[in-house]
Amino acid sequence: MAATFGRGAMTNGWTDIANADVILAMGGNPAENHPVGFRFVMDAKRNRNAKLVSVDPRYNRTSAVSDSFTQIRVGTDIAFLGGLIHFALTRGRYHEEYVRLFTNATFLIKDGYAFDEEAGLFSGWDAGKKAYADKSSWSYELDAQGYARIDAAMEDPRSVFQLMKKHYARYTPEMVSTICGCKAEDFIRAAELITSTYKADKAGTILYALGWTHHSSSVQLIHAAAMLQLLLGNMGIAGGGLNALRGHANIQGGTDCGMGYHNLPGYIAIQKAGHQSLKTFIDAVTPKPLRPNAMNFYSNTDRFVVSQLKAFYGKAATKENDFAYHLHPKLPETAPGVYENWSWAYIFDHMFQGRMEGLISYGMNPVSNGPNSRKVLGGLSKLKWLVVAENFEQETSAFWKPNILELIGKKPADVETEVFLLPAANFAEKDGTFTNSARWIQWKWKAIDPPGEALPDQEITARIFLRVRELYAAEGGKCAEPVIKLNWWYSNPLKPSMDEVLREINGWAIQDVRDEKDPKTVALKAGSQLGKFLDTRADGSTLCGNWLYIGCYPEAGNLTQRRVTSDPSGLGAYPNWSFNWPANRRIMYNRCSADGEGKPWDATRPVLRWNGEKWVGDVPDFKPDSAPATTPAGAHDAGMGAFIMLPEGVARLFVPGQFAEGPFSEHYEPAEAPIPNPLHPSQSANPAVKRFTTEFDKLGEASEYPIVCTTYRLTEHFHYWTKNNPYNMQLQPEFFIEIPEELAKEKGIGNGEKVKVTSARGSIEGKAMVTRRIKPMTAGGKKVYQIGFPIHWGFLGKGKQQGSLANLVTPTIVDPNSFAPEYKGFLVKLEKA
Amino acid sequence: MAGNTLELKRISASAAPPPGIRETPVLAKYIDTTTCIGCKACEVACQQWNDLPPETTVQIGTYQTMPDMTANFWNLIRFSEYEDEGGFHWFMRKDQCMHCGDPGCLKACPAPGAIVQYVNGIVDFQQDQCIGCGYCMAGCPFNIPKLSSKTKTVYKCTLCVDRVAVGLEPACIKACPTGCLQFGTKAQLLEIAAKRVGQLREGGFKEAGIYDPPGVGGTSVVTVLAHADRPEIYGLPANPSIPLAVSFWKAPLKWLGNIAMIGGIVGTAIHYLRYGAKHAEGHTEGPAERPPESRAS
Repeated sequence: MAATFGRGAMTNGWTDIANADVILAMGGNPAENHPVGFRFVMDAKRNRNAKLVSVDPRYNRTSAVSDSFTQIRVGTDIAFLGGLIHFALTRGRYHEEYVRLFTNATFLIKDGYAFDEEAGLFSGWDAGKKAYADKSSWSYELDAQGYARIDAAMEDPRSVFQLMKKHYARYTPEMVSTICGCKAEDFIRAAELITSTYKADKAGTILYALGWTHHSSSVQLIHAAAMLQLLLGNMGIAGGGLNALRGHANIQGGTDCGMGYHNLPGYIAIQKAGHQSLKTFIDAVTPKPLRPNAMNFYSNTDRFVVSQLKAFYGKAATKENDFAYHLHPKLPETAPGVYENWSWAYIFDHMFQGRMEGLISYGMNPVSNGPNSRKVLGGLSKLKWLVVAENFEQETSAFWKPNILELIGKKPADVETEVFLLPAANFAEKDGTFTNSARWIQWKWKAIDPPGEALPDQEITARIFLRVRELYAAEGGKCAEPVIKLNWWYSNPLKPSMDEVLREINGWAIQDVRDEKDPKTVALKAGSQLGKFLDTRADGSTLCGNWLYIGCYPEAGNLTQRRVTSDPSGLGAYPNWSFNWPANRRIMYNRCSADGEGKPWDATRPVLRWNGEKWVGDVPDFKPDSAPATTPAGAHDAGMGAFIMLPEGVARLFVPGQFAEGPFSEHYEPAEAPIPNPLHPSQSANPAVKRFTTEFDKLGEASEYPIVCTTYRLTEHFHYWTKNNPYNMQLQPEFFIEIPEELAKEKGIGNGEKVKVTSARGSIEGKAMVTRRIKPMTAGGKKVYQIGFPIHWGFLGKGKQQGSLANLVTPTIVDPNSFAPEYKGFLVKLEKA
Repeated sequence: MAGNTLELKRISASAAPPPGIRETPVLAKYIDTTTCIGCKACEVACQQWNDLPPETTVQIGTYQTMPDMTANFWNLIRFSEYEDEGGFHWFMRKDQCMHCGDPGCLKACPAPGAIVQYVNGIVDFQQDQCIGCGYCMAGCPFNIPKLSSKTKTVYKCTLCVDRVAVGLEPACIKACPTGCLQFGTKAQLLEIAAKRVGQLREGGFKEAGIYDPPGVGGTSVVTVLAHADRPEIYGLPANPSIPLAVSFWKAPLKWLGNIAMIGGIVGTAIHYLRYGAKHAEGHTEGPAERPPESRAS
């Protein structure tokens, strides 16, 4: 999403879903996994007569209350979305003016760019290396000033619009049917409903979750959905957007604050081996504008980086020493242009290869999380030490027990890993904030004290850190300086207060901050909390942990504690409820809610409008006083570009250079698929996927494992946590496997009988749930059965825990961009147990 | 129980007339099966408010928590897969006591005061008066009351009478995330239901309707069904009524029954004294006419 729009988060918000006319739930099962937020879907149905369209491999809880359900084969979402793009483009069901104003449809692409339909590969493929060795053709034609050339009429055959039309010409309803296994007429019926929002006064939203992100082509999949929403004119408007539903209370906050290995808080890219000086780094990560009217907000990257360095290293970061940039670790280069990867699946690969000594695991359960629990066990058993901070004893901290270790054929005596289980407070036992899916940073107050010796995570971290620092100070060692010089300024170093941490995340002025236009004026006095992004300076006068969160704790106080329920717009924006990053904007890219002249496309749902002097409504995701173009409607430049985070100033239908597997989304089969790719059988799976090579990283063939399998969650449980709660266990007591009636008949399996599912990685047993909610389908001319099961059980917990770890069967294949594992689609065989 | 804060409308096996003193609207639960996602929040909320321990369950090949309600589980979402020419459906219906206008359980109950109906429509079991005979179970056309093998008394949804009595909505409604459950006066809820039914009919569900069966005097549960012509597919009886045996036995005006009973004893005694022998009485009463709603103002 960040590649298409500039930021990777839910664009609108929960409350805004109620404004939609059409809601597409695909790649997610919001009724099951987001039942509270689902209220707004139901509100849209009740109050606006909105239509809910469910597209999924299973008829699920969302489908049960939908107006339209289409069953598709696991892992074929790009084909379905490509079909929708084709449908919209060929039947004139796209918002032409919106596309012209707000996307790169008008941009011209370099001559060398091509897609070989037969080979299924884009230009730049090196057959010998089996990789895209040269992606230079996936980019714009530039003029003498370095700006992209455009054709406002979108008629040039090299324009993104024409290239896109050509690319998706293959995705006919018949092809969708062949790939996805749904009937062409069912596809058309769904397509008519979904694309009905191309009209300026109609709004359609897409809700997705892990059903899209857990695939080997997940990033391309989300890009395809983004393209569709741009074509339909659904971005930036009320009731529109591309809405990634976050499943955990604070997963958005975690991502925003540098949870991934590849970035620091605020999505500042991690420094790489080549970035030896601050300047080299900033130059490398600061984009240059690609159109004269692009705001290119990331031109301010230097301010954010320097302010963050001040937060990290405090007084040790000075102008003279490049703000202690040398203390930051840099990602090592393993081959020219290739850097070490420390994303989830890679961590356990490194671990299994013996490249790690220890692991600290907070609030998660890697053995259960997988993929391929056995590989995780293999990795853990090679560690010297393992620290687990948790509420309950779980499979990871207990991995050394005979019944778990048995899964990899080992005994406790074979394993030397020293395991520490630290009792940790749970979410209700500590203060802090949750950043929800809608980007609301909401303060929560501790409800009760943690039991026994349990401590909040920040206290556990503080104790470990302070002790390690003491040891470094006394004994020295590798990489001592960053630890010793880390800015640990909290009033009580052993118990950092969450209030202080949030103030630091927001940031403050260290010295008086001067007005940039008038250096004689003090814009912000020393000691004041930052109020807005551009309060930051690159000269070391400001400190800020995460620039994205600026404004959540300004001088006025902790705005994440706001609970004002007034809704002046009547559109569910609630502008004074908590704080909504960025800059308290409720709907991102909201400039697109108005036409070239600044008039809302839909007067009944105005998000932003130009009043002659400034933009009014939601907090503009735009320069507030930048006038729209006065040229007649239809001219390209509607004033400043609407997508301020991208150097193009417009959203990307064609993504230059950035993706591993191509600038347009193409359907590739999952790594394990029941049929060869009907579009290009010679390149069936994603060409950019790299495989791990240990004994655990096996893939199966359809001949041996003919059944498609998927995994999911239940509303009755939360991950591997609620199996400790007898009430949740009562609601869903045991692991089960959902099996289509026809398949059960073929195999002689009765409802409730015990069955065994086996993949190339392992097998799992459980009770059969024979259902009509999953139907057999015909894909690529072949009859395909799909089965699936939820993930929530294991070895420990209440009730019957029979070692049913769903991830014993999932593959270690990951998306080449996001490195998310392909939990959602793989092959198995099924038998009676 | 909240007997001392709400006015009584009827009392089982009691000769004393209920002292109705002011008009209380009939309250009800609204259940829109077309927006229920079967999340079961209501199931647990019910247990937690009512202090009921978790049950031990097994997976039997369905999403439904257990086959039927129990003495510790008063609120069950029933899941059913249904397919016809109109397509495939997965129904989820919250099942619990329907709080009938004419409660069969109360009629069947021989224990004085064990079952009461409040003026606001709530039908409530008073376990301390319950003799565990199970007649209420036979009297219920919805198969709701459940006998506890531990306490030998019968339990069911109280419509959270203790919450309602102090102006709160029932726990299940409080917990519902999608708004498919609502609480209010029955009149209000019927209006909301009618609006939703209109919407559903416009959307192609020609047989959408409200389930409020007259055979039991209507219910304090207003249920919206997309296929109201076939309530059986949701696990609801099409035309529920109080079992005939219960009607004949207990249905006539209670005071009459009680007088008849006392009269019967006296009469029997006289008869015995005079004739020394006994013969069977014939059931000659016609179909019972329900007493009009006793609403004194």
